[in-house]
Amino acid sequence: MRIDQSIQIAAQPDTVWHYLEDPEHYLRFMSGIAHWEVVGEKPNGLGARYRVLVRVGAAEVGGLVEMVEWNEPFDIAWHSVTGVDHRGRFRIRERGEGRTRVEYRFAFGVIGGGIAGLITELAAAPVMRRQMRRTLRQLKRQVEQEQRRLEAERRRAARAVPSLPGS
Amino acid sequence: MYYREAPRGLASRAIRFAKERVAERLDGRLEDRDPDYLREALPLLWLLSTFYFRAEVRGLDNVPADRPALLVGNHSGGNVIVDTFIFSLAFSTHFGVERPFHQLAHNLAIAWPLAGEMLRKSGTLSASHEHAERALAAGAPVLVYPGGDWETHRPSWRGSEIDFAGRKGFIRLALDAGVPIVPVVSIGGQETALYLSRGHRLSKALRLDKLVRLKVLPISIAAPWGLNIGDFAGHLPLPAKITIEALPPIDLEREFGPDPDIDEVYAHVTAQMQRALDGLAAERRFPVIG
Repeated sequence: MRIDQSIQIAAQPDTVWHYLEDPEHYLRFMSGIAHWEVVGEKPNGLGARYRVLVRVGAAEVGGLVEMVEWNEPFDIAWHSVTGVDHRGRFRIRERGEGRTRVEYRFAFGVIGGGIAGLITELAAAPVMRRQMRRTLRQLKRQVEQEQRRLEAERRRAARAVPSLPGS
Repeated sequence: MYYREAPRGLASRAIRFAKERVAERLDGRLEDRDPDYLREALPLLWLLSTFYFRAEVRGLDNVPADRPALLVGNHSGGNVIVDTFIFSLAFSTHFGVERPFHQLAHNLAIAWPLAGEMLRKSGTLSASHEHAERALAAGAPVLVYPGGDWETHRPSWRGSEIDFAGRKGFIRLALDAGVPIVPVVSIGGQETALYLSRGHRLSKALRLDKLVRLKVLPISIAAPWGLNIGDFAGHLPLPAKITIEALPPIDLEREFGPDPDIDEVYAHVTAQMQRALDGLAAERRFPVIG
């Protein structure tokens, strides 16, 4: 089962990327997340590992995931190492006029689960879709807030430039 | 005579074969646990837990992530222990099926040909101090139900009572293995049927306690049987909402010293569990619906 959701964010791709590359932010914007923890020395980048748990129905689903693509500022993709088999991706693309489109893809499957596995995929899909939509809305809110903060900082910095004598 | 000896030989061989198979099932081999089987069983468990029992499992972060622990639960649901399956699902999805996890169950459950096989693949061992010690020594958390058949067949109106019947062996087990106790409380299991009586006097009168270690012969009203005596074939559980909570670990040596008083520890653990169970009971507004 593959689920795809997207959103337009009023911010530059770089701002979105810098927000997404920081593992500390995931607990703030990922909907339904119960646990997000860096495993090992590497906090981010290709090969970084995280222990992730998302509440879906009666269970906290997830496990150890590893970053398998880290293509700045376009793609972040991960695969599950242990736990429920899944893979995910954030696709960041410029849309002009200071806007960015973020696509969140999530694919999961229950290999060997038989009919129950198929029914589970179908039953879990609406829950996942809802959570992904909420995740993107929260990401948009936080990145746009960050964008406003950065713009305000730039304006303050411009105002603080002392005027040269005689000018 | 030949025609008489042949059937007798066949019968004795069949009995010996059956005895060997049962003995094999009861010898508590940790390697019978099959993570792939569990992974494939999770979807069905998830469907039942989410949509049929509307299950909620809380506090799994209280289970130490990197060392063994003795998980001590209150037992509910007669012979259809739905809360155990729900907890196993939650444990397996939280920590991953790769993490070993064992539960202890009555010999009779493990000895069944099909159900017993499924239980052993899920990591269930026949209940004995030795099997639990073996699993803890191998680094796996172990879930035990000290109340056993006594507690799981308590009347439905006592569903929110912890009743270990004074069984304290789990404390010695935790001390010997040097592991913390993580209490796990559960509510809703006793609403999956109308449990009327443990039938312990009836069991004693029939000498079941001596013959098959059964201290009870429970009487309930359960689907699809109606009046259900013994619950040997199980029953179709009502869709009662199940809520389970793992409580903070209790480090026996740190809290009670190097040579703790077993009665004091027992009183402490059961009081903690009763308090938490009272909290879960207070959240429920209606039977079955939750």
